Amino acid sequence: MTWLSIIIAGIITYFTRMTMVALVDRDLLGEKVKAVLAYVPSAVFPAIIFPGIFINDYGTFIEMNDPKIFGAIVAILVGYFSRNVIATILSGLTSYWVIIFLL
Amino acid sequence: MLTKKQLFSKGFLSVAPHMLSVIPFGIICGAIGIELGFDPILVYALSIIIFGGASQIVFLQLLSGGASALIAVTSVGVINSRHLLYGAVLSEYLEKLSFIKKLLISYIVVDQGFAESNKFFMKNKTETHLHYHLIGSGVTLWIFWQLSTLAGIVLGSFVPEELGLKFAIPLTFIAIVVQDLKKLDHVIVMITCGLSSLLFFNAPFKSYIIISPVIALFVAALVLRLKK
Repeated sequence: MTWLSIIIAGIITYFTRMTMVALVDRDLLGEKVKAVLAYVPSAVFPAIIFPGIFINDYGTFIEMNDPKIFGAIVAILVGYFSRNVIATILSGLTSYWVIIFLL
Repeated sequence: MLTKKQLFSKGFLSVAPHMLSVIPFGIICGAIGIELGFDPILVYALSIIIFGGASQIVFLQLLSGGASALIAVTSVGVINSRHLLYGAVLSEYLEKLSFIKKLLISYIVVDQGFAESNKFFMKNKTETHLHYHLIGSGVTLWIFWQLSTLAGIVLGSFVPEELGLKFAIPLTFIAIVVQDLKKLDHVIVMITCGLSSLLFFNAPFKSYIIISPVIALFVAALVLRLKK
């Protein structure tokens, strides 16, 4: 039963990846839709970022003085000016660690 | 004009920094499955058959919590439905590929690979073998995902939980969108998505992950109309 549900989940997931690439003719999308698609990264990734910062493991909101908020601000500033992915991630993590371990 | 090999390496290099978050997350993902009491082979099979971090964890947590298979499968489908948006964006660049190649390349489309390859595509529309960039980024992510989930399964969660390495996930995505903070229209779309995701966080089947992008894209359409 578990195996069957894994396989069905896998097929559904594969279809989410494949449908728009292989089955849907791009010409079916109007010019307006194509213009809006340019916003997909900005419209999707904050739905991973915001809950990852503001909601804890128990599904409740964190306090406004949570170290993750500080870490995220540092990462945004470092990322914005350095344009470097490694610097962004490491600066966010280390500033978060400094607060939880040293302060 | 770049060769296939050069494009592949560029794809590899573009996602390599993201391994800072992918590897710990993979280890956590594998270890959680074992901690929840699932058969190691089953836990690992998820990495090949589903190949999608968050959805793998949710799937196992739901099943171990006594949820029905239907609820677990639906949740995976809802969480991964965002790939439809990635596919719609990528289809512009993959249009000329044969049907078989489209079927194969689809399997390796994941968040970070989509994000980095799409950035490259936007700047290099004229390259002939663009899809090799996506293969480079996707295959890299696939290999590291397999190895790290396997490590988590075999070795357990050897990454100390106190380090809070799950925090690397939002950071990796901050690194992906941070340059778009220069553009007001993108900032509006990002804030809409972010606030919606918090507002709808408790919606069933983790559907906030697709509800908030849809709302944000509607706002994007409005913004486009106002810009004219």
